[in-house]
Amino acid sequence: MRARRRNAGFWPLAAFFALFVLFLYGPLTSIIVLSFQGPNGGLTFPMNGASLTWFANLFEKQMVGDFAGSFQRSILLGLVVMVITVVVAFLAGLAFRRRFLGSGLVFYLAVASLIVPSILISLGIGLLFRLLDLEAAWWSSALGAHLSWTLPFGLLIMFAVFNRFSPAYEEAARDLGASAWQTVMHVVVPIILPSLIGVGLFGFTLSYDEFARSLYTAGTFNTLPLEIYGMTTNVTTPVLYALGTVTTAVSFAVIGLALLAYTMVERRRRRLGSDAGRGV
Amino acid sequence: MARSVPTDAVAIPLSSAAQGRGASSAAKPRRSSSAPYLQVAPLVVVFLLFLVFPILIIVMVSFWDYDTARLIPAFVLTNYDELLFSPVTWGTYLQTVTFAAITWAVTLVVGFPVAYFLAFHVRSATWQTALFLVCTVPFWTSNIIRMISWIPTLGLNGLINKGLIGIGAIEKPLEFLLFSDFSVVLAYVHLYTLFMIVPIFNSMMRIDRSLIEAARDNGANGWQILGNVIVPLCKPGIAIGSIFVVTIVMGDFVTVRLMSGGQSASVGLMMLNATSLLQYPAAAANAVVLLLLVLLTVAVMMRLVDVRKEL
Repeated sequence: MRARRRNAGFWPLAAFFALFVLFLYGPLTSIIVLSFQGPNGGLTFPMNGASLTWFANLFEKQMVGDFAGSFQRSILLGLVVMVITVVVAFLAGLAFRRRFLGSGLVFYLAVASLIVPSILISLGIGLLFRLLDLEAAWWSSALGAHLSWTLPFGLLIMFAVFNRFSPAYEEAARDLGASAWQTVMHVVVPIILPSLIGVGLFGFTLSYDEFARSLYTAGTFNTLPLEIYGMTTNVTTPVLYALGTVTTAVSFAVIGLALLAYTMVERRRRRLGSDAGRGV
Repeated sequence: MARSVPTDAVAIPLSSAAQGRGASSAAKPRRSSSAPYLQVAPLVVVFLLFLVFPILIIVMVSFWDYDTARLIPAFVLTNYDELLFSPVTWGTYLQTVTFAAITWAVTLVVGFPVAYFLAFHVRSATWQTALFLVCTVPFWTSNIIRMISWIPTLGLNGLINKGLIGIGAIEKPLEFLLFSDFSVVLAYVHLYTLFMIVPIFNSMMRIDRSLIEAARDNGANGWQILGNVIVPLCKPGIAIGSIFVVTIVMGDFVTVRLMSGGQSASVGLMMLNATSLLQYPAAAANAVVLLLLVLLTVAVMMRLVDVRKEL
């Protein structure tokens, strides 16, 4: 870094980047501020006093459908999707390290799952359940619909991980007498743990915020995004923003937790990791 | 501590040493040759149940008949007939494709410089990670909330209109800012530029920096390096980003519904309207046509660039 001059393009690009970040976060910031509107405040600036009125409103059941219930369902569904995504994507990632019959087909299925429009998957699963006379529910059909979206992301992350993963560790573990199970649990998983945290983050947040794939699959009880969508058409008070603030706070908390876990793993690694070059 | 966790720093030299051995050990017959099939089975089950079957069902139902209350198993072409010979359909598809094309162009024009800045101008790895994260965090928050969040900025009494009136640039608030085609595209760009940034950034990070030095040594200026070295090497990333953006926009209905204030149409919205009238076979026929269009678009893009190389 020392004595290296910035390229000519640096400052214009930096300014462009800053504008882009403002574009990303500006609107979100404005609704977070406006969710603290006074009781007589409206959907736009200026602030008409400051209060927690709209948050209180949110938790009163009669005001906005079933916020508390849908909130719980979405969190729970997100957690289930997260666990399944991590486990299934990890296993599939292991499988793809070797050539197996049909690996190309599975890969194309994953790509297809990403590019087939969500509304199509949603409608198809809805129809499937209908024709089989099964009742669509957030914990069955919607769970599957969400997995069809989170698993391809998980798989792609696993590809990236295992492309850079040396089989030497496993060979060493095997040479030292570890069983296949021990090799996976004590060698592979600890090494790729940070990436698994990333896969989990994708699993939870994509499910927690998924709207289109829940539309025909959630059944009788709404998940949170469906509830929010319903509110956008018939609520014209800052309670909408309060909801936005709460759900964004949850997303940020989850991202924060993932980052925290990630740094903790990295720190532990630096502490307990290689002693190369320390002259021990 | 005896049980040490290897770091990435150790992994690199080891992995290059192990390359040759890895290949040979994979070739010799293993006791657990069924392992990959067991490992990939859960994934395949999910894809079969929640991707393949649903699509087959949609194709099947698209040939069914229906009345006001029921789906009637049959093999009729009326759904396709009504769909393909209606000018409304063609208008809607045209609008959807137009939205996709405009969004694609804007996200590329915005996303490329952002990725370029991150990859080539931010030199500290920590800053690179941090700024990359800043770009990705909104991806993990609610899309619907991010659409709604434009109301205070773009509305009739929003920040932009008030600001422009305040400085005397306009007398009446601009109506096209919110609930218009403009706000639809703006929301698309807001939501999906990330899908362009990440793959392009990924491609850029793989470019061997010595290629750029070589170009410079041979007298290329900044623009020439960009045009003749960086852009060609970023093509796979651009293709992946384009596939994401175009397919998402083509299948979208939420953004059009919320951001156009009900004034614009999209194929997805057309399907939604059909299902709200319980005309599932009509929606299914539309879904099949949309799927074919999306697959065709992707196939064209994949022909242009080998995407699998990028993984």
